Amino acid sequence: MLDVEKIRKDFKILGRTIWDNKSLVYLDNAATTQKPSSVINTLINYYENYNANIHRGVHKLAEEATTAYEEVRQKVKNFIGASSNEEVVFTRNTTESINLLAYSLGESFLKSGDEILLSEMEHHSNIVPWYMLRDRKGSKSIKIKYIPINKNYELDYSSLKKLINRKTKIISITHKSNVLGTVNDIKKISRIIKSSSHSPLLVVDAAQSAPHMKLSFKDLKCDFLAFSSHKMCGPTGVGVLVGKKDLFEKMSPFLGGGEMIRKVTFEGFTPNDVPWKFEAGTPNIADVIAFGSALDYLEKIGLENIYEHELKLTEYTLNKLKKFNFLKIYGPKEPDKRVGIITFSNPVVHPHDIATILDQYGVAIRAGHHCAQPLMKKLSVGATARASFYFYNTFEEIDIFIDALTKAFDYFAVGACKELKKDEREKDGNANIDGKNAKQFTTTIR
Amino acid sequence: MGMQTLMEKMQNNSLPQLDELYKEIILEHYRKPHGREPLERVDYEAEGMNPLCGDEVKLCLQLKNKKIEKIHLDGHGCSISVASGSMLADMLRGKTISEAKEISKLLKDMMHNKSTEVKPDLGDLEALEGVKKFPVRIKCALLPWTTFEEALAGHEHIEIS
Repeated sequence: MLDVEKIRKDFKILGRTIWDNKSLVYLDNAATTQKPSSVINTLINYYENYNANIHRGVHKLAEEATTAYEEVRQKVKNFIGASSNEEVVFTRNTTESINLLAYSLGESFLKSGDEILLSEMEHHSNIVPWYMLRDRKGSKSIKIKYIPINKNYELDYSSLKKLINRKTKIISITHKSNVLGTVNDIKKISRIIKSSSHSPLLVVDAAQSAPHMKLSFKDLKCDFLAFSSHKMCGPTGVGVLVGKKDLFEKMSPFLGGGEMIRKVTFEGFTPNDVPWKFEAGTPNIADVIAFGSALDYLEKIGLENIYEHELKLTEYTLNKLKKFNFLKIYGPKEPDKRVGIITFSNPVVHPHDIATILDQYGVAIRAGHHCAQPLMKKLSVGATARASFYFYNTFEEIDIFIDALTKAFDYFAVGACKELKKDEREKDGNANIDGKNAKQFTTTIR
Repeated sequence: MGMQTLMEKMQNNSLPQLDELYKEIILEHYRKPHGREPLERVDYEAEGMNPLCGDEVKLCLQLKNKKIEKIHLDGHGCSISVASGSMLADMLRGKTISEAKEISKLLKDMMHNKSTEVKPDLGDLEALEGVKKFPVRIKCALLPWTTFEEALAGHEHIEIS
């Protein structure tokens, strides 16, 4: 059990008010999470006491900064269950991690006729870099195929089996959908790959899972795993790419410059060893070091506890949402298959309007396509509203969210739909709704 | 702060800002948008979209004797963008191209707080003034109008960001 009230004291921002004195109810954690004071203090301490460039200075500050930076690599290695520090590369974010892969794997391993498998529930960051790779190689040379999702918004594993063939070189898939909340079974995917007689590389976008559940790079048996600091209490501007060392060694570098080289002459260059080969230029030293504090913080709370609390919040919210019977909720029916994210739409109030009204009550949610336009198309919806949780959210906050949602629907008089005869509804769409009926609706559902 | 008091506070507060944004006239246009009847002929058309939120509008114009005879809008969006499109259909019907462009300009000026010497009569469109307090929603209000201007300019597809 988490002592959420105590935890919340570590996040000053959670105590602030919005508009005219509404307490902040922050339910946009899939976009970014808030930062505890320990993380912010680490940033301040770095800049006030040992700010220096790393890996080159011989002076004391440079040594302290280098040590602190490399210690975080060790922390990440432990946190994610990698085999060695060489398997941990720092980037700017998950997006950059995947771009690095698309570029370097494309340069080193892909040839004309090869295929890349993605799923229908990917974020643009796990789609566009692969399209860019395809376009660089000539549009006819690389094929990108999509693994479909089923009616319960889960990956269709049997289709995956059929899609893998000798041309399949990369399977890049999200661990947890930022829209559906669906958690994909990466171990199962690894097994499917193993049981096929082919050997595509498995790339996992863990941006939405690493912050919320205990992961082990070794156990997942994937080849690469990417995630972002800012979605797990750390600062923005730090991403991680975990990858098997032997693959990293065979891959060409991504960005060129200082730090990533061993030697540069008038004729050419020799790249540095991994992982530095992929860390060109001065890295985001301060934020990497502060990310270390975020990892300490998460481990202190315990990823298992975080998962359990979010599961309870998800169950609680799904139950409360049942009273809005006109709501369409996307994602698996079973709460434990879709932890921490609840995305919904309805035929009358546009998600934008819901988000604006909720904001007036201090409730921050996301509305839009969530950087997953192909998935929106698959779901036949232009935009959706999304509430996403973290360990510092409370059941009382869910109550406020539900209450604000009730008010949003009242405002647009959705309830009046219920008063209309079915044929009238079909004939006139959302017309003929008046405020009078809406008030009745409020009374019935409270 | 105890959550009970928080809940009470929330219940008791009215939200005047919201009433300013969602004026009844806007909600009326949203519930029953105008300009949805098909045209006999399309003289100008454009598709507008806001890639950030997924709002999409397709706008077609039918002209007669140098005046806008009919306007057809299609697509999906929030109440503000749909209502604004519905008002556009009402306002621009029967106007010459230059009159229509002038209305579009006046609306943009209003939304971007540019003062004009004489406060123009924008009819229903004046209801959109409340959107100004919600800066991220101004794009929603202007989407149909930007699309209208693009239709005249001969572009087929625009994206605003």
